[in-house]
Amino acid sequence: MPVETQMAPDSIYRSTEGLGVWEHKGKVAAVGIGISPTARRWDESTETSLGAWTILAIQNAIDDAGVSPDQVDGLVLTPETSTGSPWPTDKSIPEDFLKTYQSTDNPLDGIAQLSSEWILKNMPELTNIKFVMYAPVCMSNALVVAAQAVGDGLTNTCLVVRGWHNFGGRYYVGQGVTAGETISGPGKWSTMWGTVACYTTAMVFEAYCRKYGKNHDMMAPFVVNEKRNGLLLPEGYWAQHRPEPLTAEDYLSARWIAKPANLYDNDLPICVSAAFIFTTAERAKDMKQKPVYILNHARTLPASRGVVPTLDDWQDASDSTGRKLYEGAGIGPKDLSFENMYDGFTLFHQFHLEGLRFAGVQRGEALDFYQTDISIEGPNPVSPSGGNAGGGRTRFWLHVDSVQQLQGRAGARQITKKAEIGVSGAFMPDFSYSLIWSATPD
Amino acid sequence: MPKQSPVPEELDKPFWEACNEGRLVIQHCKTCDTLQHPPKEACSKCESGENLEWREMSGRGKIYCYGVMYDSPVITLAVDQPFNVAVIQLEEDPGINMLSHLPGTPVDQVPVGANVQVEFETTPATGQKVPEWRVVG
Repeated sequence: MPVETQMAPDSIYRSTEGLGVWEHKGKVAAVGIGISPTARRWDESTETSLGAWTILAIQNAIDDAGVSPDQVDGLVLTPETSTGSPWPTDKSIPEDFLKTYQSTDNPLDGIAQLSSEWILKNMPELTNIKFVMYAPVCMSNALVVAAQAVGDGLTNTCLVVRGWHNFGGRYYVGQGVTAGETISGPGKWSTMWGTVACYTTAMVFEAYCRKYGKNHDMMAPFVVNEKRNGLLLPEGYWAQHRPEPLTAEDYLSARWIAKPANLYDNDLPICVSAAFIFTTAERAKDMKQKPVYILNHARTLPASRGVVPTLDDWQDASDSTGRKLYEGAGIGPKDLSFENMYDGFTLFHQFHLEGLRFAGVQRGEALDFYQTDISIEGPNPVSPSGGNAGGGRTRFWLHVDSVQQLQGRAGARQITKKAEIGVSGAFMPDFSYSLIWSATPD
Repeated sequence: MPKQSPVPEELDKPFWEACNEGRLVIQHCKTCDTLQHPPKEACSKCESGENLEWREMSGRGKIYCYGVMYDSPVITLAVDQPFNVAVIQLEEDPGINMLSHLPGTPVDQVPVGANVQVEFETTPATGQKVPEWRVVG
């Protein structure tokens, strides 16, 4: 009898302030991580397909945790996998892929989307799955859902999975609603004006700079630091395929995409899959890796009433995220050893950072803070993962690194100061899922 | 700039019909007296779907901020790059905003905070009119 896949219900999230300390604080742990190789685009071979790499990532996570496949009893999955490139409607699915894997009703399953059915059909060794839930859009969402599900006892040893595919063509350019002379759906309020994905971030950043007297040049140390950290992430695209350092001059001379956002303020779409294993703190004691405990999780949803959010919307939302995270974890900004909030687009990272009051940074101060030592060797490591900017578009390097830092196995990226508590979350300042991670349960 | 023609759908048809009549209307919730845009099936504040109506606006607003598009995904606009995309806040409620190419304003010389007035631009594909904004005073 197949297990029914549920959509994550509202009740699983911690979305409001005033909820107190999370009831499962320190009782859920990350114990395994698996990552596939990366590629810029799919070469249409079966062994590098989204499905193949997702299976590989899951196997790697299971190996990393030191459990057997039949001990895994839960699966939380983000089914969307697009980086902005759809499979052409007039193109057939490669025959070898269809022969190799069991299909579902959607012929693009395993190529341009991931269903739980596809994974379970093609990983028969997962014989004990009793809980399956979809967490849309973002790995951060899936991690939050899995944390609560394990805490609630819905699953004991849970896989958390996200994959990305990237086909030919430019990011959304001339595809879907951008291609025609007419436009339907939500794009008629924004895309019709010619906006690209980074536009909203660019214009809120413009408002931020105007209010606080800052400028785009002040972003250079942050973006350079992201690339430096990313090149120390062996799982990342840039480290594997294009180990090119970025200088401040490179950044400042890059072409505009949506001024004030330039090329390097955008991330690079790639193919890659990742899996985490979460379990109870009790069960984690017997596993291969040092457990990393979850002290709290939080969700923030957009509250804007207009077509685009304003600076106030983003600052209010990221402040609320910070307060929710600290309240539920029973900690404060000074307890953070590092922050790994989202950066894809780079121009909104400061909203996340200021919302957390990381290193005491208040509203409007982050770009000045970027001019100080934000490196992994310094007193206030900012985004030691390198984020999307340093590793390619995944929205999960931030979480991978947070766990590895606290396990002490971040390799060349290991922060110099002692890694005790970290934070990671994505994606937008007013639409995010975040977690507080700790080397100890309390 | 020749924009794509928006195709009216059931939910937003009154908005686009009003544009064709030279009027700017915004969805209003009578239950909690809140404006919202784009239109939704229910009020995003009180979640009521019972008392939504269309309220006519003055057509006056201010420029909140802007960006300049250099690499637009919309094929029909590529020839006009770079171009301004400004955020306009409505006089009646700054929480309600919409986008504008600011016809008549040079690229990257956008007077943030300036007053603007709505006008209605005909799109080539279907003739549907869309709201645009021009700096005044």
